[in-house]
Amino acid sequence: MHNKSVAELSRELESGKISSVELTREFLDRIKAEDGQYNSFITVTEDLAMADAKAADEQRAAGNANVWTGVPFAHKDIFCTNGVATTAGSKMLANFVPPYDATVVANFRAAGAVCLGKTNMDEFAMGSSTESSFFGPVTNPWGLNKGEKRVPGGSSGGSAAAIAARLVPAATATDTGGSIRQPAALCGVTGLKPTYGRVSRYGMIAFASSLDQGGTMARTAEDNALMLNVMAGFDPKDSTSANRAVPDYTATLNQPLKGLRVGLPREYFSDQLNPAMEQQVRNAVKEYEKLGATVKEVSLPHAELAIAAYYVIAPAEASANLSRFDGVRYGYRCDNPQDLNDLYTRTRAEGFGNEVKRRILVGTYALSAGYFDAYYLKAQKVRRLIQQDFINAFKEVDVLMSPVSPSPAFVQGEKTSDPVTMYLEDIFTIAVNLVGVPAMSVPAGFVDGLPVGLQIIGNYFEEARLLNAAHQFQQVTGWHQKFPQ
Amino acid sequence: MQWDIVIGLEIHAQLATKTKIFSGSSTAFGAEPNTQASAVDLAMPGTLPVPNEQAFRYAVMFGLAVNAEIGRRSVFDRKNYFYPDLPKGYQTTQLDHPIVGPGFVDVDLAGGRSKRVRIHHAHLEEDAGKSLHESLFDERGQGMTGIDLNRAGTPLIEIVTEPDMNSAEEAVAFAKKLHSLVSSLGICDGDMSQGSLRFDVNISLKPKGSDTLGTRTETKNLNSFRFMEQAIAHEVARQMDILEDGGRIIQETRLYNGDRDESRSMRSKEEANDYRYFPCPDLLPVVIDDAFIESARVLLPELPDARKARFKEQYSLNDYDASLLSDDARLSAFFEDTVSHCKDAKLAANWVLGEFSARLNADNETVAQAPISGIQLGQLVARIADNTVSSSGAKKVFEALWNGDGGSEDNAADAIIEAQGLKQVSDTSALEAIVDEVLAGMPEQIAQFQEADEKKRKKLMGGFMGPLMKASKGQGNPRLFTEILQRKLNA
Repeated sequence: MHNKSVAELSRELESGKISSVELTREFLDRIKAEDGQYNSFITVTEDLAMADAKAADEQRAAGNANVWTGVPFAHKDIFCTNGVATTAGSKMLANFVPPYDATVVANFRAAGAVCLGKTNMDEFAMGSSTESSFFGPVTNPWGLNKGEKRVPGGSSGGSAAAIAARLVPAATATDTGGSIRQPAALCGVTGLKPTYGRVSRYGMIAFASSLDQGGTMARTAEDNALMLNVMAGFDPKDSTSANRAVPDYTATLNQPLKGLRVGLPREYFSDQLNPAMEQQVRNAVKEYEKLGATVKEVSLPHAELAIAAYYVIAPAEASANLSRFDGVRYGYRCDNPQDLNDLYTRTRAEGFGNEVKRRILVGTYALSAGYFDAYYLKAQKVRRLIQQDFINAFKEVDVLMSPVSPSPAFVQGEKTSDPVTMYLEDIFTIAVNLVGVPAMSVPAGFVDGLPVGLQIIGNYFEEARLLNAAHQFQQVTGWHQKFPQ
Repeated sequence: MQWDIVIGLEIHAQLATKTKIFSGSSTAFGAEPNTQASAVDLAMPGTLPVPNEQAFRYAVMFGLAVNAEIGRRSVFDRKNYFYPDLPKGYQTTQLDHPIVGPGFVDVDLAGGRSKRVRIHHAHLEEDAGKSLHESLFDERGQGMTGIDLNRAGTPLIEIVTEPDMNSAEEAVAFAKKLHSLVSSLGICDGDMSQGSLRFDVNISLKPKGSDTLGTRTETKNLNSFRFMEQAIAHEVARQMDILEDGGRIIQETRLYNGDRDESRSMRSKEEANDYRYFPCPDLLPVVIDDAFIESARVLLPELPDARKARFKEQYSLNDYDASLLSDDARLSAFFEDTVSHCKDAKLAANWVLGEFSARLNADNETVAQAPISGIQLGQLVARIADNTVSSSGAKKVFEALWNGDGGSEDNAADAIIEAQGLKQVSDTSALEAIVDEVLAGMPEQIAQFQEADEKKRKKLMGGFMGPLMKASKGQGNPRLFTEILQRKLNA
């Protein structure tokens, strides 16, 4: 059962071949038996999951089931869960139990899905390797057979690794600069970062508010569509969420791709890209040509400025977003504070990890008097230029395709000493967040036995087109079905 | 040396919305600490602000009332600093794109002078919570600081004037005018003692006639107009002493203690925070369109200036009375209730500004707390106008009304007049009979009167009035008694 997709499991439940209680038990047992080697979960909510599974079975017996009723999944530990610890991978929130659900969590609850627990992540979603978690690094299931401990990517490395290891069929994730797509690519699963504003951010612990977006991760594009059906929509609690209709994302999965105009951004096939990776990506593009797509090269002239702009804007927003963690109302508080200043400085010095502190310092600097214009304002101007690049590109093509990351999963510890090398992991994914358009990562082959991801970028609110393109690709390729041995 | 005083004000007005500016929590004053603080107000992780439309409408109403441009694209910024009563570690406010742009207010001064004070801008922001330093102890008896976040997120408009005022008199007159304006608009309850309306005063001195502004200080914590006046006098004197001794003013924020008439430095410019303002990414720019401005305009009540002009026109009041009656919306409404039931506007104005206002002051009550209604007072004034009661009788009726003796009916004055027998007798034949009877017993006084000259006769008239009033049990109309007496004695 653990090899089945959400769509398949839903059908098994509907046919009565298996109950949610049995299914949930099976996945919980797998987590218990295997997660020691991956560390993909921070919290496993066994009792709650079993109770929810029982309730789901009763709902189905009463004839009130929908596609998600009784299907197990997991939430990234950045989504607040009422009554269940929500840590954002930080010591700062290790003891934090929210008295409210994130809107995404409430939506899955209303759909009857069974949450098994909370997945591990880079602290406050700041990282590309899930090595900065206070709860220890996550190990990529790929490469373990050779005795190598590789990173799963980040920050949603726990969700990606758990799906790759078949501990859950699906998991929520978030993406601020590539945090869904890069781990999905490095773990060989399918992930979608929706358009900014498509999914409510309420109850999703903020890293960089203008870039953060909740999204989906599963093995198949179809499962991503099923997830997005639950997650997408206007939320009166998030005034940046988009007030526009949500289509049924599964309805258009089977449309033929004939005539799909694919653009390959010249700047994303640069020398920074591992040649073997590039070959896999170009092979994937050939599959699309076989499916009837036309392919042309396009240009995103300001692409090389994306990383620099991002590492001003994201830390600037983060420096303010993380000010609330002050030891006064909730979360970590240092022992025996001598006075207010001592409370603040020690709480924050002890509660935050190094990468988080680095970004708070960078962001504080960028916003400081005398530097604001040169950094923050300049970065916002660059952001508009990059946005214009994408708007221009989408006048010529329907989707853009590129690699997700410059190289496959690297060995743990390899990049932790050099933050800039780590930041370059997101060189192909970051612009998408600055612009706000949706993008997917789809398994597209292997290099040295490690998964490679194809990035498909769409125009604003064209998630359905991306899911359709990914689903059609998965009908003719088997990369997304590969399982780490 | 002669000095010019230069004063600008910054005013924080709490908007009288039912809920907070970015959350659905109640803004009511006086609840148990932290019972009106939601997850959003507590800045729990992942929570987000949602703007309160009514706060924007109130701010636009203020803008329209001060003849200001309305900011069509209103942007919120984060002002970053750490303080325990600031849950998010930043205040959501407006820096470059405020909702209210430049405007002005005309202020009446003593002696018929008037002054225009320009408004630089007014912006929307959220209030902080409160730190409670008193009566909190831990288990070992150590003093603790408590945090009450009920107030956190209450909508404010911060109104910033140009430095257009040149004396304490002008500053206080402007402050009173602003108080009357926001109260009339109904956008702020105006209660300075509860902090609903807070004034900060920027003061500097410059050599008389100089074009260059001096270094300014900001004085905070002025929770009454009296304290504002004292604080300005105090700060002007302090700065003058320093400057005349050849010293230099330090740009700083000072805290005024009204009970002791002292001020002390809170923080200097060097110690000031770098607030690292930047646009709040959780809030999209709010577009204020024509339709929204119209939705605010239709809510505008009559404003004090317009009301004053109307009072002069409609009720033929003099400038002074019209000004006093139009400033405060509640007093204006009270007056109009009074006048609508008595038809004698001048007499109504005298009673509202005289007996009624004096009694409010003596009891330290507001118009809203007064135990009598404008209608009740109007009915009483009507009885004075139609000679049912004398003015001295009316004072007795007023006293009884105030004490609730006449009940709560509109015609309580009539009930009191009836019950206390205060009705004047104005029946001429009945009064004539009383005069005849009294004069019959006073032949010596009559003789004395008739021998006296014109000047002395006036004085002697009083000697007849006493016995007449006594004989009529105080109910004879004194004016009619005088007429009858004169006719009979001069015959």
